[in-house]
Amino acid sequence: MSKAAATRARPLSPHLTIYRPPITMTMSIVHRITGGALYFGTLLLIAWLLAAAVSEEWFNLVNWAFGTWIGQLILFGYTWALMHHMLGGIRHFIWDTGAMLEKHTASKVAWATLAGSVLLTVLIWVAGYMARGL
Amino acid sequence: MADMRTPLGKVRGLGSAHEGTDHFWRQRLTAVANIPLFLFFVGFLISLNGADYATVRQALANPFVTLMFGLMIFSGLYHMRLGMQVVIEDYIHGEGLKLALIMLNTFFCIAAGAASAYALIRLAFGG
Repeated sequence: MSKAAATRARPLSPHLTIYRPPITMTMSIVHRITGGALYFGTLLLIAWLLAAAVSEEWFNLVNWAFGTWIGQLILFGYTWALMHHMLGGIRHFIWDTGAMLEKHTASKVAWATLAGSVLLTVLIWVAGYMARGL
Repeated sequence: MADMRTPLGKVRGLGSAHEGTDHFWRQRLTAVANIPLFLFFVGFLISLNGADYATVRQALANPFVTLMFGLMIFSGLYHMRLGMQVVIEDYIHGEGLKLALIMLNTFFCIAAGAASAYALIRLAFGG
């Protein structure tokens, strides 16, 4: 890009300081954050697979770590990030076709991804605990 | 016809990268693949929650599970490498650091893939 010679500071309208973020913007940011979290969350999957492959001792150690309250919190967060990122991705597929781009519809879809991600996460964990028989 | 290039563009003279929408396309392609693959993974984990070592080993030695996990990890790593590349390009403006991080991003994904492949093969063949 060529730099235009600005001899004095240009006037700037107020933006981020007074801007109320619409839900579509917030969900867009969250989509990127969950993507970043999932990137590093992959290490959880690899740790589990490697431990299972190597020995029972390692497997039990990783299982213990995942079972601590902080481990459960991280896994719960990982589940939510995965569901939110997946639903956000589906939202993008819909938008790719040009559908549901109208302002109010787009906002509704954005809220739906948030609600859907929480619902799916809770359902997965309920199913998990039911499988465990607790 | 008037030259539409910027002065910097003329000096660099690099022209098009000839990649077009390839990055976008692969990102969407892996995203589509990830949906069924990761849903299978979630279902698999639910069914194995609280299972002991022998049960987990047996489940992970199933050839179908090995293939699904292999595909999921390949597609997932490819997708996250593309995504992280965009994040780096958006936020890191120093050319040197940007290139270093883009390389690190690829190395991280390949290392993760190699570790997973090792684990999956060992689980499949019971080593």
